[in-house]
Amino acid sequence: MSATSDTAGTAAAPFDATAFFQRKRLMAIAVPAGILAYFVYIFFAFDIPGLAERARMDNARILVADSFSYKTHVTRDNRMGGITIAVEGENKGTWPEGRSPDWVQVESADRAVVSLKHGQEVLLDGDTMRYDVPGYGMIAAEVSRRGIALDLPAGETPDWISASNARVDITTDAGRVILTKARSEVMRYHFGWELFWFTLDSPFYGKSFGELIGLAVSGDRLVEGKSNLAAMVHDVWNNRMWQHKDVMWAIFETILMAFLGTMGAALMALPLAFAAARNFTPLMVVRAAVRRVFDFLRGVDALIWTIILARAFGPGPLTGALAILITDTGSFGKLFSEALENVDRNQIEGVQSTGAKPLQRYRFGVIPQITPILLSQVLYYLESNTRSATIIGAITGGGIGLLLTQAMITQKDWEEVSYYIILILLMVMLMDTVSGWLRRRLIQSDDSGH
Amino acid sequence: MTVGQAGVARVQDVQAAYMEMTRRKRLYGMVMLVVFIALMVSGFRVADGRNAGGFWDGIGNIFQFPKEVLSEAGEKIANLPGLMVKFLPSLLETLNIAGASTLLGAIFAIMISLLATRGLAKWPRLIGVFRRIMDIMRAIPEIVIALVLIFILGGGPVPAMIAIAIHTTGALGKLFSEVNENASLKPVEGLHSVGATWAQRMWLGVIPQVAPNYLSYALMRFEINVRASAILGFVGSGGIGYDLKNAFSWGQGRYDEVAAIFLLLFATIVVFDQISGHYRNKMIGKG
Repeated sequence: MSATSDTAGTAAAPFDATAFFQRKRLMAIAVPAGILAYFVYIFFAFDIPGLAERARMDNARILVADSFSYKTHVTRDNRMGGITIAVEGENKGTWPEGRSPDWVQVESADRAVVSLKHGQEVLLDGDTMRYDVPGYGMIAAEVSRRGIALDLPAGETPDWISASNARVDITTDAGRVILTKARSEVMRYHFGWELFWFTLDSPFYGKSFGELIGLAVSGDRLVEGKSNLAAMVHDVWNNRMWQHKDVMWAIFETILMAFLGTMGAALMALPLAFAAARNFTPLMVVRAAVRRVFDFLRGVDALIWTIILARAFGPGPLTGALAILITDTGSFGKLFSEALENVDRNQIEGVQSTGAKPLQRYRFGVIPQITPILLSQVLYYLESNTRSATIIGAITGGGIGLLLTQAMITQKDWEEVSYYIILILLMVMLMDTVSGWLRRRLIQSDDSGH
Repeated sequence: MTVGQAGVARVQDVQAAYMEMTRRKRLYGMVMLVVFIALMVSGFRVADGRNAGGFWDGIGNIFQFPKEVLSEAGEKIANLPGLMVKFLPSLLETLNIAGASTLLGAIFAIMISLLATRGLAKWPRLIGVFRRIMDIMRAIPEIVIALVLIFILGGGPVPAMIAIAIHTTGALGKLFSEVNENASLKPVEGLHSVGATWAQRMWLGVIPQVAPNYLSYALMRFEINVRASAILGFVGSGGIGYDLKNAFSWGQGRYDEVAAIFLLLFATIVVFDQISGHYRNKMIGKG
């Protein structure tokens, strides 16, 4: 403690209060000024003034809006004819033929009325589209092989309509219409995560929670040869839209990486730590060599280990686990050997006096002393490695980190991104709780006797 | 029954109870050991099965990539010093990301930790809220924030800096509030009695007591953040990690660059480990 020990240290000598306070005052100004100067340097080195230009606030809006809402596409194929309705425009979210959400009236194979929000309506009829926007007027368009003929009310084209011969994009707060030569598309946004539990091909789609419980206990089977509950679990687990099965496996892989890596590292580090501790290895050469090994393992860092191992083992959880194992063998080795150097000799001598052999001396004289420190370090690393495993998974390709980066790269499935983020948070917090609970349990019970 | 016989009986009771307890403890220990070994073995088998290449196939190739890199770097050993100079600006950027995020994180951590310490908090009722905020900041892996920010702000060092700073705030905040709990309240009360505001009480009464411990933790965090910023660069934004990724995905032909970056990274991490370790020992030793 610099401030207090300064006063204590100078008490014996004649105390020059003026100089002392002058120094303190200088420090009180110099330190904040230094930090400020560094931030000014960073401000320009990181080009923060240019950031405002580069930042894509529209991306931020899409991200936020998409993360808690979904859109349904009503698409008319302008080449082949025919209308399809699909959640997020994805194949696996397509409404089956003959069924439609209640805001779409399919009147014939080529004609549909789509009700958007605020009572607005879009009519798709063959190659034509009609959209009456309140306060603006009727937008009519006809798609032909030559291009798109757009008929707007008189006056300047507003900025929410972007039109060219090949593509027309109309975005209002009620929905969005995109016309190209290939297809006419109307999108409506809804709140929530659609198809999260059941996809459209499941007989349980669209049922309320109460109805589902009723079905689960009642005997009438919706799916042949399976109880309703089993069918429900099967449909949720194999949901093709959200892929719960793959996501849960990914979470499990990430935890597995952290667990195998941490525990493996602890097992590797323990015997090595004895070789690096002064009181167990009198030979300087051995000690120094083992310590340099620890430094090397830690210094090369998880990033480089991951790259090297990914070349040998390919992507997957094993690679991540080994990367964690190698890096943390270095960290644990250092920590354990420090703990070993602080053990109490008396206990070892006590065990030795009863005629214990070396291995027994370690088992009964040393291990009980260092177990609490060891365990608390290992559990702390287990929790922190769950986070590292997410990142390592993104590099080497495994676990939830891979799913997250993949979902990010497509730049459209933001609802999945937010789902993964929530799962990662829950996973880390779960590991935090478990490791805290174990730490309290194990270390306490270990204090009561050996 | 004489007094002596009663004593012997009691000793025997105690002995039997002790042996019973020891046996039970040993049994629990054995069960836990068996469970642990089973978990490790089955975990390894599952991980091995879900990996693209198996463990036993890969273990032989483990030195192949380092060998390729080393042999190519060996052929072009004359290039290495030049390449290392070429990547120095990127290395500086990585270090700056770590430095700025540690500083930012530490500043926010000081504030939030003071607000979350019993006896020092400005609003004692909100202590729980601030603790939860720290928990959440600590739980979010940096990569999550970094990837989201890259989408919004574009590449470059800023997303990584913000992501690491948020995590640092949470991690340091927890350590700092543990330090704060051990600070003496006397200076704070003294300042309170002469009418100092909350900010003055903290700045003049608490900070001088805890500054060395703060510094020591912040240095340790800086060490961690250097590694984190290199990794985040690899995943997508700024610094030497990004160069490493480019050189690496180019493959053979640019392994001399890979070797140069490996060397730079290794040297940097070791140097900063040593420096921060040295100063931490000095500070703790003094305290």
